[in-house]
Amino acid sequence: MEFDANRPIYLQIADVICDRVLRGELKAEDRIPSVREYGAEIGVNPNTVARTYDILTDRGVLYNKRGIGYFVCEDAAENIVKEEREKFLNEELPNFIKKARLLDISLDEINKVYKNS
Amino acid sequence: MIKVDNIDFSYGSVPCLEKISLSLQEGKIYGLLGENGVGKTTLLTLLCGLKQVQKGSIEVDGFTPYRRDVKFLESQFYLPDEVSAENAKAEVFARSNGLFWPDFSIEKFMEIMGIFEMDPGKKMNAMSAGQLKKTWISFALACSTKYLYLDEPTNGLDIPSKAQFRKALMSYTREDSTIVISTHQVKDLENIIDPIIILDRRDVLLNASVQEITDRLFFDYGTTLNPDSLYSEQVPGGFIQVYPNSTGEDSKVNIEALFNTVHKHKDIIKGIFSHEN
Repeated sequence: MEFDANRPIYLQIADVICDRVLRGELKAEDRIPSVREYGAEIGVNPNTVARTYDILTDRGVLYNKRGIGYFVCEDAAENIVKEEREKFLNEELPNFIKKARLLDISLDEINKVYKNS
Repeated sequence: MIKVDNIDFSYGSVPCLEKISLSLQEGKIYGLLGENGVGKTTLLTLLCGLKQVQKGSIEVDGFTPYRRDVKFLESQFYLPDEVSAENAKAEVFARSNGLFWPDFSIEKFMEIMGIFEMDPGKKMNAMSAGQLKKTWISFALACSTKYLYLDEPTNGLDIPSKAQFRKALMSYTREDSTIVISTHQVKDLENIIDPIIILDRRDVLLNASVQEITDRLFFDYGTTLNPDSLYSEQVPGGFIQVYPNSTGEDSKVNIEALFNTVHKHKDIIKGIFSHEN
């Protein structure tokens, strides 16, 4: 797996898992590989994968069945979308607007692109 | 559990390691880093009992390595950087020498050779340096020891072998193993090694997990220099810089930058990580 140089690996792995849930490749109640299996597959320390599973558990994407492993939550996709929406509105959109203002791009121009794409 | 307590070792009158203390826990893959000649290989050979400490002590699960109790020797494998080209086919060598390790499995050996796309029927003294190294790595992993010391394991491996090595290492080691990998090839192993140990001749400059490191240090890949930077380096597209993490934000460790930061500011780093050591 090729990683972005700037973002913590455990978050990048979390992104990949969330993407797979959103695309429907991972469905509710699917079992995901153990931290060691997944670590071996992508060439990453199992501790790092364990951190990924921890934050995804906090985010309501995965849950742990003691002694069996990690599974995808029933409402995983909804939880991801909810969080992504918040992130987009609070972080990405303000940056986008800042840049649009800097380049003197009007709301009309943005609207045109929004409608056409 | 390995406990290294205040050890000294010198080669004749030339001091090598002085007053080194360190503890290593189960289930971790330690990366042992350090400049040329600081004693990384010496430390590994002391841990596995090939050399005797001149002061201080080493204890591995209650054993003193240099006493070389059979039970202790069975529990470990040390793979040196330079390995011997035995006059035997790889499989034959593995079968006969694996007997010394109670958990050795020839099936595992064959599987790992398979991951490396190696022919186990080839004679080891007819192999290239890289092929020989892969055979020895396969053997070391197939011994399934609790302690595994690898000195520069990716030296001489070709490009595909490096990913194969990572895969084999994580698929075929025991969950409770302590693995210590000394390396200069940080790019090959940067996502594997955690915790990271940075050794100096008279000190262990750092022994911390990746999480502890990113809790305390921030690795910034931006375009503007921060006045608090302990270290900065120009790269295409801006800078890599390292400064104390004051916001609690997470970043990705760049091992080269970490190494250089630690070397440039030994005392500051010790202060930042003080309650870890």
